[in-house]
Amino acid sequence: MIIANNINKQFGKLKALDNVSVTCNKGECIALIGPNGSGKTTFIKCILGMVVCNSGFITVNGKNILHEWQYRADIGYMPQIGRYPDNMTIGQVLDMMKDIRNKKNTAIDEDLIKKFELDKLLDKRMRTLSGGTRQKVSAALAFLFNPAVLILDEPTAGLDPVAAEILKDKIIAEKANGKLILITSHILSELDDLVTQVIYMQEGKLIFHKSIGDLRADTGQEKLSKAIASVMLKTGNEKNN
Amino acid sequence: MKKIIKYVIIDILRNKIVVAYTIFLLLLSFSIFNLEDNNAKGLLSLLNIVLIIVPLVSILFAAIYVYNSAEFLELLVSQPLKRKTIWLSIFAGLAFSLALAFFIGVGIPVMLYEFSATGITMLIVGLFLTVIFVAIALLATVQTRDKAKGIGVTILLWLYFSLLFDGLVLFLLFQFADYPMEKIMIGISAFNPIDLSRILVLLKMDVSALMGYTGAVFNDFFGKTYGMIIAVFVLALWIALPAWISARKFNRKDL
Repeated sequence: MIIANNINKQFGKLKALDNVSVTCNKGECIALIGPNGSGKTTFIKCILGMVVCNSGFITVNGKNILHEWQYRADIGYMPQIGRYPDNMTIGQVLDMMKDIRNKKNTAIDEDLIKKFELDKLLDKRMRTLSGGTRQKVSAALAFLFNPAVLILDEPTAGLDPVAAEILKDKIIAEKANGKLILITSHILSELDDLVTQVIYMQEGKLIFHKSIGDLRADTGQEKLSKAIASVMLKTGNEKNN
Repeated sequence: MKKIIKYVIIDILRNKIVVAYTIFLLLLSFSIFNLEDNNAKGLLSLLNIVLIIVPLVSILFAAIYVYNSAEFLELLVSQPLKRKTIWLSIFAGLAFSLALAFFIGVGIPVMLYEFSATGITMLIVGLFLTVIFVAIALLATVQTRDKAKGIGVTILLWLYFSLLFDGLVLFLLFQFADYPMEKIMIGISAFNPIDLSRILVLLKMDVSALMGYTGAVFNDFFGKTYGMIIAVFVLALWIALPAWISARKFNRKDL
């Protein structure tokens, strides 16, 4: 569904993405893991067309995304830090997005709005919201249009445990619906029961892309957090040697 | 595209600065027309103030608005929307709201006190200047990522167009005083929309007789229909070029 081919991106001297090639298919739930500054968010922004890569190409549903925009109708994106116009209320933001993306043929999924009880806060201005409530709005927006691809950048950072559980249940439900889900997170323990594949990145390079079964077999660890820790140690050791 | 323009205009109107700008222009125009006993003289005073204030407010407000709506831009770019559409909608929304403010603030008093060819020319020129400086502000903001630097650049640009350019022209005139510069001055005036606007309005007034031989050459050129058409075309170019270049740059910008 999403194919990235030899993506390179340079910010000044910093090489943010170094020859990254990834293939993601329908029904997969992929965890993007890596240390801070390893290029995860840049990679996601490349897929969304927010960052234009220097070389290489990305196709979504078989179409090259360069100078394209319609493909984004199939993507729901939850940013790491959701930033919205300060003067608008939650209700206005939701209405605006519905207005902009109005597609009559697809049903609108207001499940998360109800579960997060955002419908009681519709009159609140975005600037007055706490970080967690803002995250809830971002999550609700990402799922609102029933997109075939969900890209979640640190979805549970800043959410309270109840809200995080609601979001995880929603992600599992959408995975069962055959959607492609890309998650980045540093809280590996909560990815355990979500993901089917793991992409590990370091310093802009793709280190490996494995199914979670393979990763467990390779490292001999049952828990994702332990498995990744052993990988990080191993790559660290190789570097020192 | 219409939808985004709608949301940009709603957002700008909720911002009280445009309302304050409108009221300020209204107060200014009415007080000038009431202070001067001769309405034509009042129009001349108003022209001098408009030529300073309109570019300054347009360029600064547009630049600050674009920087403050970085989040809004980011949100829109991740949606199924064309980047060019987003950028041109922001431009259209800004240009429309500031032009509306100018039209209410200066247009109504001028129509009440001095509804003449000169008054209408000044209105048209003011609307042009508003849109031109919004376009220039967009070009400056798309180039510079840093907010403080970007706003500094817009202030410098305004300073250049309203003060420094005239200084340079005077310098040129004195240096080449022995040569016939009158025809060349017409060409040079095309490089500054504020100067071009001033010439267009002044030539409609009686004071153009005071501008000497250069004034006569200007009158000979801009007084004719084709001269007018060329002047309006140059002003339109001042809108189209910055807007088009900035849209192209925004298309490739990393957010």
